[in-house]
Amino acid sequence: MAKTKCRVVVRSEFCKGCNLCIEYCKKGALKSSGELNTMGYHCATADAEKECIGCMVCTLVCPEVAIEVYSE
Amino acid sequence: MKILNKWPKYYKKDVVTHYCPGCGHGIVHRIVAELLEEMDLGKRAICVNPAGCAVLAYKYFDIDVIESAHGRGTAIATGAKRVRPDLFVFTYQGDGDLSAIGTAETIHSANRGEHISVIFINNAVYGMTGGQMAPTTLIGQKTTTCPAGRDPKFQGYPLHITDVVANFPGVVYAERVAVNGPAGIQKTKKAIQTAFQCQVDELGYSIIEVLSPCPTNWKKTPADSFKWITETMSKEFPIGVLTDKRGSGA
Repeated sequence: MAKTKCRVVVRSEFCKGCNLCIEYCKKGALKSSGELNTMGYHCATADAEKECIGCMVCTLVCPEVAIEVYSE
Repeated sequence: MKILNKWPKYYKKDVVTHYCPGCGHGIVHRIVAELLEEMDLGKRAICVNPAGCAVLAYKYFDIDVIESAHGRGTAIATGAKRVRPDLFVFTYQGDGDLSAIGTAETIHSANRGEHISVIFINNAVYGMTGGQMAPTTLIGQKTTTCPAGRDPKFQGYPLHITDVVANFPGVVYAERVAVNGPAGIQKTKKAIQTAFQCQVDELGYSIIEVLSPCPTNWKKTPADSFKWITETMSKEFPIGVLTDKRGSGA
C-alpha cells in the first residue's frame, strides 16, 4: 500500500511559540521559524525537508488549535 | 488535499485566546468543544465560568455561558440545572475558584448529588493574579507568596478536594487526569466524556480534576511543565479514577 502524503500547516498568526508541537513531533517535521508573528511570538513552522506522517500528535498537544494537517 | 483535523464546531474560529503560551486551558477548551460536538450536546449546553484565567472562556466557546461570582460556579449550575433539567450544565473552574473561595459550594453541591458535570483545572497556583500560593500548591513549591517554598508548618498541606468529594454518595464519577503529553490529553478527553455521559444518563454529580500546566507561573518552559506534572505533581495528586458508582445505581 502506497503511503499517504501528509502536510502540516501552522497558522502562524495563532501560534504562540510554545514549541510543544516541535517537542512531541517524532519525525521532526516542525521547527521554529525564527520569525516573529504580529503578536511577537517566535511561531513554529513546517520543516519542508522532513516528512509528515499525519499522526496528529501536534494537533493534540497544540493549545491554540493553530495546526492543520492535510492529506492527499 | 483534505484536512484531517476538523475545527470543533462549538469553538469560536479565528479568535486568539488570551492564555499564555503552553497553557493547559487551551487544550482542555478544545477537548470540551470537541466533546460537545461529538456527543451532540452543544445546542442545549450551558457552561458556568469561574473567576480566574478561564473567566474569558465565553469568548471561545460558541455555546451559552453563565459567568459566576468567584467560587460560586457549582451553586449557579445547581440553579440552572434545577430550573431546566433538560439542559446540559457543566462548570469549568480552576483551583483558586473551586478549591479555595468556592470550597463550600463545591462540597455542598457534591453532597446534594446535583446532576452537573464539573471540570476542575488544577495548576497548583493562582494563575491570573500572578502566581500566588493556592490551597493546592505542593509542599516546597515556590510561589510569589511563599518564596521559600510551601512550608506545611506555616501554610498547611495541599488540599485534595476531589478526594474529599469522591467519598460522598451523591458523586457518581470522580477522576484525576493530567495534561502532560499526548497520552494524558487523550485520557483527559476520555475522562471528560465519561463525566458528560453521567449527566446525559442522569446518574448524578461527576467531577474531573485536570492537572494542567502553568508555564508562566511555574517559571518553566511548556515542555518542562509537562515533565514536572509527570514527575512531581502527579506524585502529590495521583492520577486515576477516584470513584465510579455508575453501575451501583447511586
